[in-house]
Amino acid sequence: MLAKRIIPCLDVRAGKVVKGVNFIDIMEVGDPVECAMEYDRQRADEIVFLDITATHEGRDTMIDVVRETAKNVFVPLTVGGGIRTTDDFRDMLRAGADKISVNSAAVYDPSLIGEAAAKFGSQCVVLAIDGKKVDGADEEAWNENGAPGAPRYNVYTEGGRKDSGLDVVSWAKKGESLGAGEILLTSMDTDGTKAGFDIGMLNAVCEAVNIPVIASGGGGDLSSFAEVFEKTPADAALAASVFHYGTYTVDDIKNECRARGVPVR
Amino acid sequence: MIAIIDYGAGNLFSVKNALDYLGFESVQASDPPDMEQADKLILPGVGAFPDAMRSLRESGFAEAIVEEAARKPLLGICLGAQLLFEKGFEFGETKGLGLIPGYVDAIVAPGLKIPHMGWNDVRVVNPSPPARGVNDGDMVYFVHSYKIVTEEVNISLAAEYGQLIPALVRNGAGGQVYGAQFHPEKSGSAGLEILRNFAEL
Repeated sequence: MLAKRIIPCLDVRAGKVVKGVNFIDIMEVGDPVECAMEYDRQRADEIVFLDITATHEGRDTMIDVVRETAKNVFVPLTVGGGIRTTDDFRDMLRAGADKISVNSAAVYDPSLIGEAAAKFGSQCVVLAIDGKKVDGADEEAWNENGAPGAPRYNVYTEGGRKDSGLDVVSWAKKGESLGAGEILLTSMDTDGTKAGFDIGMLNAVCEAVNIPVIASGGGGDLSSFAEVFEKTPADAALAASVFHYGTYTVDDIKNECRARGVPVR
Repeated sequence: MIAIIDYGAGNLFSVKNALDYLGFESVQASDPPDMEQADKLILPGVGAFPDAMRSLRESGFAEAIVEEAARKPLLGICLGAQLLFEKGFEFGETKGLGLIPGYVDAIVAPGLKIPHMGWNDVRVVNPSPPARGVNDGDMVYFVHSYKIVTEEVNISLAAEYGQLIPALVRNGAGGQVYGAQFHPEKSGSAGLEILRNFAEL
Protein backbone atom coordinates (compact mmCIF):
# COMPACT_ATOMS: atom_id res chain seq x y z
CA MET A 1 0.00 0.00 0.00
CA LEU A 2 1.13 3.50 -0.80
CA ALA A 3 2.03 5.43 2.35
CA LYS A 4 0.75 8.92 3.09
CA ARG A 5 3.73 11.26 3.08
CA ILE A 6 4.73 13.72 5.79
CA ILE A 7 6.78 16.57 4.34
CA PRO A 8 8.63 19.25 6.32
CA CYS A 9 9.16 22.52 4.47
CA LEU A 10 12.13 24.80 5.08
CA ASP A 11 11.93 28.48 4.17
CA VAL A 12 15.40 29.53 3.12
CA ARG A 13 16.68 33.06 2.62
CA ALA A 14 20.26 33.69 1.50
CA GLY A 15 21.29 30.21 2.57
CA LYS A 16 19.76 30.35 6.06
CA VAL A 17 16.58 28.83 7.41
CA VAL A 18 14.29 31.73 8.14
CA LYS A 19 11.95 30.53 10.82
CA GLY A 20 13.31 29.76 14.23
CA VAL A 21 14.63 26.29 14.63
CA ASN A 22 14.44 24.38 17.82
CA PHE A 23 16.87 21.58 17.17
CA ILE A 24 19.26 22.11 19.99
CA ASP A 25 22.48 21.57 18.12
CA ILE A 26 21.78 23.72 15.15
CA MET A 27 19.69 26.51 16.57
CA GLU A 28 22.41 29.06 16.15
CA VAL A 29 23.40 28.35 12.61
CA GLY A 30 20.02 27.69 11.04
CA ASP A 31 21.82 25.70 8.41
CA PRO A 32 19.29 24.27 5.93
CA VAL A 33 21.51 21.28 5.16
CA GLU A 34 21.70 20.35 8.86
CA CYS A 35 17.95 20.86 9.21
CA ALA A 36 17.24 18.63 6.22
CA MET A 37 19.50 15.95 7.69
CA GLU A 38 17.65 16.15 10.99
CA TYR A 39 14.28 15.79 9.22
CA ASP A 40 15.68 12.81 7.34
CA ARG A 41 16.62 11.22 10.69
CA GLN A 42 13.04 11.83 11.83
CA ARG A 43 11.87 9.81 8.79
CA ALA A 44 10.56 12.68 6.70
CA ASP A 45 9.29 11.21 3.43
CA GLU A 46 10.42 14.15 1.39
CA ILE A 47 11.92 17.56 2.06
CA VAL A 48 10.83 20.86 0.53
CA PHE A 49 13.05 23.93 0.32
CA LEU A 50 11.21 27.15 -0.36
CA ASP A 51 13.65 29.80 -1.57
CA ILE A 52 12.41 33.17 -0.42
CA THR A 53 15.47 35.03 -1.65
CA ALA A 54 14.81 37.72 -4.21
CA THR A 55 18.34 38.30 -5.48
CA HIS A 56 20.44 36.53 -8.04
CA GLU A 57 23.20 35.91 -5.50
CA GLY A 58 20.65 34.31 -3.25
CA ARG A 59 19.69 31.96 -6.04
CA ASP A 60 23.27 30.77 -6.42
CA THR A 61 23.42 30.21 -2.66
CA MET A 62 20.25 28.12 -2.92
CA ILE A 63 21.84 25.96 -5.59
CA ASP A 64 24.75 25.32 -3.20
CA VAL A 65 22.30 24.42 -0.43
CA VAL A 66 20.53 21.93 -2.70
CA ARG A 67 23.85 20.44 -3.82
CA GLU A 68 25.10 19.94 -0.25
CA THR A 69 21.76 18.52 0.90
CA ALA A 70 21.63 16.04 -1.99
CA LYS A 71 25.00 14.68 -0.89
CA ASN A 72 23.68 13.87 2.57
CA VAL A 73 19.95 13.23 2.34
CA PHE A 74 18.55 10.32 0.35
CA VAL A 75 14.86 11.03 0.20
CA PRO A 76 13.18 13.11 -2.52
CA LEU A 77 14.03 16.79 -2.43
CA THR A 78 11.71 19.47 -3.80
CA VAL A 79 12.80 23.05 -4.44
CA GLY A 80 10.46 25.97 -5.03
CA GLY A 81 10.40 29.74 -4.94
CA GLY A 82 11.28 32.04 -7.80
CA ILE A 83 11.44 29.33 -10.46
CA ARG A 84 10.59 31.08 -13.74
CA THR A 85 12.21 29.25 -16.64
CA THR A 86 13.18 25.76 -17.73
CA ASP A 87 16.79 26.88 -17.18
CA ASP A 88 15.92 27.41 -13.51
CA PHE A 89 14.51 23.87 -13.50
CA ARG A 90 17.69 22.49 -15.03
CA ASP A 91 19.97 24.29 -12.57
CA MET A 92 18.09 22.94 -9.56
CA LEU A 93 17.76 19.42 -10.98
CA ARG A 94 21.47 19.32 -11.78
CA ALA A 95 22.22 20.42 -8.24
CA GLY A 96 20.33 17.37 -7.00
CA ALA A 97 16.68 18.39 -6.62
CA ASP A 98 14.17 15.73 -7.61
CA LYS A 99 11.15 17.95 -8.06
CA ILE A 100 10.67 21.63 -8.73
CA SER A 101 7.62 23.56 -7.66
CA VAL A 102 6.30 26.49 -9.67
CA ASN A 103 3.74 28.98 -8.48
CA SER A 104 3.37 32.57 -9.75
CA ALA A 105 5.45 32.04 -12.89
CA ALA A 106 3.12 29.26 -14.02
CA VAL A 107 0.09 31.49 -13.52
CA TYR A 108 1.65 34.21 -15.69
CA ASP A 109 2.90 31.73 -18.28
CA PRO A 110 1.20 28.32 -18.05
CA SER A 111 3.34 26.99 -20.93
CA LEU A 112 6.21 26.74 -18.40
CA ILE A 113 4.49 23.62 -16.98
CA GLY A 114 4.32 21.87 -20.33
CA GLU A 115 7.81 22.86 -21.38
CA ALA A 116 9.33 21.66 -18.12
CA ALA A 117 7.33 18.41 -18.24
CA ALA A 118 8.47 17.75 -21.81
CA LYS A 119 12.12 18.44 -20.96
CA PHE A 120 12.45 16.83 -17.56
CA GLY A 121 9.34 14.67 -17.12
CA SER A 122 6.06 15.30 -15.30
CA GLN A 123 7.41 13.58 -12.21
CA CYS A 124 9.53 16.62 -11.37
CA VAL A 125 6.94 19.33 -12.06
CA VAL A 126 5.00 20.30 -8.94
CA LEU A 127 2.33 22.95 -9.39
CA ALA A 128 2.12 24.98 -6.18
CA ILE A 129 -1.21 26.73 -5.74
CA ASP A 130 -1.99 29.26 -3.02
CA GLY A 131 -5.77 29.30 -2.66
CA LYS A 132 -8.17 31.48 -0.72
CA LYS A 133 -11.93 31.21 -0.34
CA VAL A 134 -13.83 33.96 -2.10
CA ASP A 135 -16.25 35.87 0.07
CA GLY A 136 -19.54 36.66 -1.56
CA ALA A 137 -23.23 36.25 -1.06
CA ASP A 138 -23.88 34.79 -4.48
CA GLU A 139 -21.59 31.80 -4.32
CA GLU A 140 -23.55 29.90 -6.92
CA ALA A 141 -22.71 32.47 -9.53
CA TRP A 142 -19.04 32.22 -8.70
CA ASN A 143 -18.79 28.50 -8.82
CA GLU A 144 -17.45 26.86 -11.96
CA ASN A 145 -16.91 23.34 -10.72
CA GLY A 146 -18.41 21.81 -7.61
CA ALA A 147 -22.08 21.50 -6.78
CA PRO A 148 -24.25 24.63 -6.91
CA GLY A 149 -23.53 26.74 -3.89
CA ALA A 150 -20.11 25.17 -3.38
CA PRO A 151 -17.53 27.71 -2.33
CA ARG A 152 -15.16 29.18 -4.86
CA TYR A 153 -11.46 29.47 -4.16
CA ASN A 154 -9.19 31.89 -6.00
CA VAL A 155 -5.52 31.42 -6.90
CA TYR A 156 -3.17 33.97 -5.35
CA THR A 157 0.29 34.83 -6.61
CA GLU A 158 3.31 36.75 -5.32
CA GLY A 159 3.42 34.86 -2.06
CA GLY A 160 -0.26 35.39 -1.43
CA ARG A 161 -0.30 39.12 -2.12
CA LYS A 162 -2.18 39.17 -5.41
CA ASP A 163 -5.54 37.68 -6.42
CA SER A 164 -5.14 36.25 -9.93
CA GLY A 165 -8.89 35.83 -10.35
CA LEU A 166 -8.32 32.21 -11.41
CA ASP A 167 -10.46 29.49 -9.87
CA VAL A 168 -8.32 27.02 -7.88
CA VAL A 169 -10.08 23.87 -9.09
CA SER A 170 -9.95 24.93 -12.75
CA TRP A 171 -6.30 25.90 -12.43
CA ALA A 172 -5.43 22.57 -10.83
CA LYS A 173 -7.15 20.70 -13.68
CA LYS A 174 -5.40 22.85 -16.25
CA GLY A 175 -2.06 22.25 -14.55
CA GLU A 176 -2.62 18.50 -14.68
CA SER A 177 -3.55 18.62 -18.38
CA LEU A 178 -0.43 20.71 -19.11
CA GLY A 179 1.77 18.07 -17.53
CA ALA A 180 2.17 18.83 -13.82
CA GLY A 181 2.92 15.63 -11.91
CA GLU A 182 1.73 16.76 -8.51
CA ILE A 183 -0.14 19.62 -6.85
CA LEU A 184 1.02 21.39 -3.70
CA LEU A 185 -2.13 23.07 -2.42
CA THR A 186 -1.71 25.72 0.25
CA SER A 187 -4.74 27.29 1.86
CA MET A 188 -4.21 30.93 2.74
CA ASP A 189 -7.23 30.71 5.00
CA THR A 190 -5.72 28.06 7.24
CA ASP A 191 -2.00 28.80 6.74
CA GLY A 192 -0.40 29.89 9.98
CA THR A 193 -3.50 29.17 12.07
CA LYS A 194 -2.47 25.65 13.14
CA ALA A 195 -6.20 24.96 13.27
CA GLY A 196 -6.15 22.11 10.78
CA PHE A 197 -5.91 21.77 7.02
CA ASP A 198 -8.50 23.21 4.62
CA ILE A 199 -10.59 20.08 4.14
CA GLY A 200 -13.10 21.74 1.82
CA MET A 201 -10.60 23.10 -0.67
CA LEU A 202 -8.54 19.89 -0.59
CA ASN A 203 -11.56 17.74 -1.40
CA ALA A 204 -12.59 20.06 -4.21
CA VAL A 205 -9.16 19.75 -5.84
CA CYS A 206 -8.65 16.03 -5.12
CA GLU A 207 -11.97 15.25 -6.79
CA ALA A 208 -10.97 17.19 -9.88
CA VAL A 209 -7.51 15.77 -10.58
CA ASN A 210 -5.91 12.32 -10.75
CA ILE A 211 -2.39 13.36 -9.75
CA PRO A 212 -1.09 13.41 -6.17
CA VAL A 213 -2.12 16.36 -4.01
CA ILE A 214 -0.03 17.67 -1.11
CA ALA A 215 -2.02 19.39 1.63
CA SER A 216 -0.42 22.52 3.05
CA GLY A 217 -1.44 25.22 5.48
CA GLY A 218 -2.99 24.70 8.87
CA GLY A 219 -1.08 21.69 10.17
CA GLY A 220 -1.09 22.16 13.93
CA ASP A 221 -1.73 19.54 16.57
CA LEU A 222 -0.96 15.88 16.06
CA SER A 223 -4.56 15.16 15.22
CA SER A 224 -4.69 17.57 12.28
CA PHE A 225 -2.35 15.43 10.17
CA ALA A 226 -4.27 12.18 10.69
CA GLU A 227 -7.47 14.13 10.13
CA VAL A 228 -6.49 15.45 6.70
CA PHE A 229 -5.90 11.87 5.55
CA GLU A 230 -9.14 10.65 7.11
CA LYS A 231 -11.26 13.40 5.58
CA THR A 232 -9.63 13.91 2.18
CA PRO A 233 -7.83 11.72 -0.38
CA ALA A 234 -4.71 13.94 -0.12
CA ASP A 235 -1.49 12.00 -0.65
CA ALA A 236 0.80 14.03 1.57
CA ALA A 237 0.76 16.73 4.22
CA LEU A 238 3.31 19.52 4.36
CA ALA A 239 4.08 21.76 7.30
CA ALA A 240 6.78 24.17 8.35
CA SER A 241 6.41 25.71 11.77
CA VAL A 242 5.34 22.63 13.74
CA PHE A 243 8.62 21.06 12.72
CA HIS A 244 10.73 24.23 12.89
CA TYR A 245 9.75 24.98 16.43
CA GLY A 246 10.15 21.36 17.41
CA THR A 247 6.53 21.17 18.53
CA TYR A 248 6.41 17.70 17.02
CA THR A 249 8.84 15.52 15.18
CA VAL A 250 7.90 13.84 11.92
CA ASP A 251 7.92 10.59 13.89
CA ASP A 252 5.37 11.93 16.40
CA ILE A 253 2.99 12.73 13.58
CA LYS A 254 3.53 9.36 11.94
CA ASN A 255 2.87 7.53 15.20
CA GLU A 256 -0.45 9.33 15.55
CA CYS A 257 -1.34 8.51 11.92
CA ARG A 258 -0.39 4.87 12.43
CA ALA A 259 -2.47 4.63 15.58
CA ARG A 260 -5.46 5.86 13.60
CA GLY A 261 -4.96 3.43 10.73
CA VAL A 262 -3.41 5.87 8.26
CA PRO A 263 -0.62 4.08 6.35
CA VAL A 264 2.75 5.81 6.82
CA ARG A 265 6.37 4.81 6.35
CA MET B 1 34.68 0.79 -9.44
CA ILE B 2 31.13 1.37 -10.63
CA ALA B 3 30.33 3.00 -13.96
CA ILE B 4 27.12 5.06 -14.04
CA ILE B 5 25.96 5.10 -17.64
CA ASP B 6 25.28 8.63 -18.91
CA TYR B 7 23.15 8.58 -22.03
CA GLY B 8 21.41 11.88 -21.31
CA ALA B 9 18.44 10.51 -19.37
CA GLY B 10 19.10 10.47 -15.81
CA ASN B 11 19.14 10.74 -12.14
CA LEU B 12 22.90 10.45 -12.54
CA PHE B 13 23.85 12.90 -9.80
CA SER B 14 21.62 11.31 -7.19
CA VAL B 15 23.05 7.87 -7.83
CA LYS B 16 26.61 9.24 -7.71
CA ASN B 17 25.83 11.11 -4.47
CA ALA B 18 24.50 7.93 -2.85
CA LEU B 19 27.56 5.90 -3.89
CA ASP B 20 29.89 8.67 -2.65
CA TYR B 21 28.03 8.72 0.65
CA LEU B 22 28.42 4.94 0.98
CA GLY B 23 32.11 5.22 0.12
CA PHE B 24 32.10 3.47 -3.27
CA GLU B 25 34.07 4.88 -6.15
CA SER B 26 32.11 5.59 -9.31
CA VAL B 27 32.63 7.18 -12.69
CA GLN B 28 30.29 8.68 -15.20
CA ALA B 29 30.44 6.63 -18.41
CA SER B 30 29.64 9.00 -21.27
CA ASP B 31 30.94 6.67 -23.99
CA PRO B 32 30.69 2.88 -24.19
CA PRO B 33 34.47 2.31 -23.70
CA ASP B 34 34.21 4.12 -20.33
CA MET B 35 32.43 1.03 -19.01
CA GLU B 36 35.37 -1.29 -19.59
CA GLN B 37 37.40 -0.18 -16.59
CA ALA B 38 34.47 -0.65 -14.20
CA ASP B 39 33.62 -3.90 -12.44
CA LYS B 40 29.92 -3.01 -12.09
CA LEU B 41 27.44 -0.97 -14.07
CA ILE B 42 24.45 1.15 -13.13
CA LEU B 43 21.92 2.19 -15.76
CA PRO B 44 19.80 5.08 -14.46
CA GLY B 45 16.92 6.58 -16.34
CA VAL B 46 14.07 9.04 -16.22
CA GLY B 47 11.74 9.68 -19.12
CA ALA B 48 10.11 7.59 -21.81
CA PHE B 49 11.10 4.10 -23.00
CA PRO B 50 11.33 4.86 -26.77
CA ASP B 51 13.49 7.99 -26.33
CA ALA B 52 15.82 6.24 -23.92
CA MET B 53 16.26 3.21 -26.21
CA ARG B 54 16.95 5.50 -29.15
CA SER B 55 19.65 7.30 -27.13
CA LEU B 56 21.17 3.99 -26.05
CA ARG B 57 21.29 2.68 -29.63
CA GLU B 58 22.56 5.89 -31.23
CA SER B 59 25.35 6.22 -28.66
CA GLY B 60 26.41 2.60 -29.10
CA PHE B 61 25.60 1.88 -25.47
CA ALA B 62 22.84 -0.65 -26.19
CA GLU B 63 25.16 -3.18 -27.80
CA ALA B 64 28.02 -2.49 -25.37
CA ILE B 65 25.81 -2.88 -22.27
CA VAL B 66 24.60 -6.29 -23.47
CA GLU B 67 28.23 -7.37 -23.96
CA GLU B 68 29.45 -5.98 -20.64
CA ALA B 69 26.49 -7.41 -18.70
CA ALA B 70 27.67 -10.90 -19.60
CA ARG B 71 30.81 -10.24 -17.54
CA LYS B 72 29.82 -7.89 -14.70
CA PRO B 73 26.85 -7.11 -12.47
CA LEU B 74 24.42 -4.51 -13.81
CA LEU B 75 21.74 -2.59 -11.95
CA GLY B 76 19.08 -0.67 -13.84
CA ILE B 77 17.13 1.96 -11.90
CA CYS B 78 13.53 3.03 -12.65
CA LEU B 79 13.35 3.46 -16.45
CA GLY B 80 16.82 1.90 -16.52
CA ALA B 81 15.30 -1.26 -15.00
CA GLN B 82 12.52 -1.31 -17.60
CA LEU B 83 15.01 -1.00 -20.46
CA LEU B 84 16.57 -4.35 -19.43
CA PHE B 85 13.47 -6.19 -20.71
CA GLU B 86 12.61 -7.45 -24.18
CA LYS B 87 10.14 -4.76 -25.12
CA GLY B 88 8.16 -1.81 -23.89
CA PHE B 89 4.67 -0.60 -24.80
CA GLU B 90 5.04 3.07 -23.92
CA PHE B 91 3.96 5.08 -27.00
CA GLY B 92 3.82 1.96 -29.19
CA GLU B 93 6.08 -1.09 -29.10
CA THR B 94 9.83 -0.60 -28.69
CA LYS B 95 12.51 -3.25 -28.47
CA GLY B 96 14.46 -3.16 -25.20
CA LEU B 97 17.88 -4.52 -24.26
CA GLY B 98 16.46 -8.03 -23.82
CA LEU B 99 18.63 -8.94 -20.83
CA ILE B 100 15.69 -10.15 -18.75
CA PRO B 101 12.66 -11.98 -20.21
CA GLY B 102 9.47 -9.95 -20.03
CA TYR B 103 8.03 -6.63 -21.09
CA VAL B 104 6.92 -3.23 -19.83
CA ASP B 105 3.33 -2.05 -19.96
CA ALA B 106 1.06 0.62 -18.49
CA ILE B 107 -0.05 0.29 -14.88
CA VAL B 108 -3.78 -0.42 -14.79
CA ALA B 109 -5.08 0.43 -11.36
CA PRO B 110 -8.69 1.61 -11.42
CA GLY B 111 -9.39 4.19 -8.75
CA LEU B 112 -5.70 4.72 -8.03
CA LYS B 113 -3.59 7.64 -9.13
CA ILE B 114 -1.10 7.36 -11.97
CA PRO B 115 1.87 7.78 -11.70
CA HIS B 116 2.43 5.40 -8.83
CA MET B 117 4.31 7.98 -6.78
CA GLY B 118 5.52 7.71 -3.24
CA TRP B 119 6.63 5.23 -0.60
CA ASN B 120 5.22 1.73 -1.03
CA ASP B 121 5.93 -1.38 1.00
CA VAL B 122 7.57 -4.35 -0.67
CA ARG B 123 7.62 -8.06 0.08
CA VAL B 124 10.31 -10.60 -0.66
CA VAL B 125 9.28 -12.90 -3.53
CA ASN B 126 12.72 -14.49 -4.09
CA PRO B 127 15.78 -13.65 -2.02
CA SER B 128 18.61 -12.04 -4.02
CA PRO B 129 21.99 -10.58 -3.02
CA PRO B 130 20.98 -6.91 -3.49
CA ALA B 131 17.84 -7.46 -1.40
CA ARG B 132 19.79 -8.91 1.52
CA GLY B 133 18.50 -7.34 4.73
CA VAL B 134 15.25 -6.14 3.13
CA ASN B 135 12.21 -7.43 5.02
CA ASP B 136 8.54 -7.71 4.12
CA GLY B 137 6.94 -4.33 4.82
CA ASP B 138 10.03 -2.20 4.21
CA MET B 139 9.19 0.87 2.16
CA VAL B 140 10.92 2.29 -0.91
CA TYR B 141 10.23 5.29 -3.14
CA PHE B 142 8.55 4.78 -6.52
CA VAL B 143 7.73 7.16 -9.37
CA HIS B 144 6.46 5.40 -12.50
CA SER B 145 3.48 5.01 -14.80
CA TYR B 146 4.61 1.77 -16.49
CA LYS B 147 5.33 -1.56 -14.86
CA ILE B 148 7.45 -4.61 -15.55
CA VAL B 149 5.71 -7.87 -16.48
CA THR B 150 7.88 -10.95 -15.97
CA GLU B 151 7.80 -14.46 -14.52
CA GLU B 152 8.00 -14.88 -10.78
CA VAL B 153 11.48 -16.45 -10.93
CA ASN B 154 12.76 -13.06 -12.12
CA ILE B 155 11.15 -11.11 -9.26
CA SER B 156 13.05 -10.56 -6.02
CA LEU B 157 10.91 -7.85 -4.40
CA ALA B 158 7.35 -6.87 -5.27
CA ALA B 159 4.91 -4.14 -4.29
CA GLU B 160 1.12 -4.02 -4.53
CA TYR B 161 -0.55 -1.04 -6.18
CA GLY B 162 -3.90 -2.22 -7.46
CA GLN B 163 -1.89 -5.09 -8.96
CA LEU B 164 1.49 -6.74 -8.57
CA ILE B 165 4.34 -4.30 -9.24
CA PRO B 166 7.74 -6.01 -9.60
CA ALA B 167 10.07 -3.81 -7.54
CA LEU B 168 13.45 -5.56 -7.73
CA VAL B 169 13.98 -7.91 -10.68
CA ARG B 170 16.84 -10.06 -11.97
CA ASN B 171 17.56 -12.34 -14.91
CA GLY B 172 16.72 -15.65 -13.26
CA ALA B 173 17.86 -17.24 -10.01
CA GLY B 174 21.62 -16.89 -10.47
CA GLY B 175 21.63 -13.86 -12.76
CA GLN B 176 23.69 -10.74 -12.19
CA VAL B 177 21.46 -8.37 -14.14
CA TYR B 178 19.24 -6.51 -11.67
CA GLY B 179 16.60 -3.85 -12.02
CA ALA B 180 15.05 -1.62 -9.34
CA GLN B 181 11.73 -0.11 -10.39
CA PHE B 182 11.93 2.16 -7.33
CA HIS B 183 14.70 4.68 -6.66
CA PRO B 184 17.17 3.14 -4.18
CA GLU B 185 19.07 6.43 -4.15
CA LYS B 186 15.93 8.18 -2.83
CA SER B 187 14.61 5.43 -0.58
CA GLY B 188 16.32 6.35 2.66
CA SER B 189 18.23 3.71 4.57
CA ALA B 190 16.44 0.77 2.88
CA GLY B 191 17.52 2.03 -0.52
CA LEU B 192 21.08 2.75 0.54
CA GLU B 193 21.33 -0.79 1.87
CA ILE B 194 20.32 -2.19 -1.53
CA LEU B 195 22.90 0.01 -3.27
CA ARG B 196 25.56 -1.08 -0.78
CA ASN B 197 24.69 -4.75 -1.36
CA PHE B 198 25.00 -4.26 -5.10
CA ALA B 199 28.27 -2.35 -4.79
CA GLU B 200 29.69 -5.14 -2.65
CA LEU B 201 28.75 -7.96 -5.05
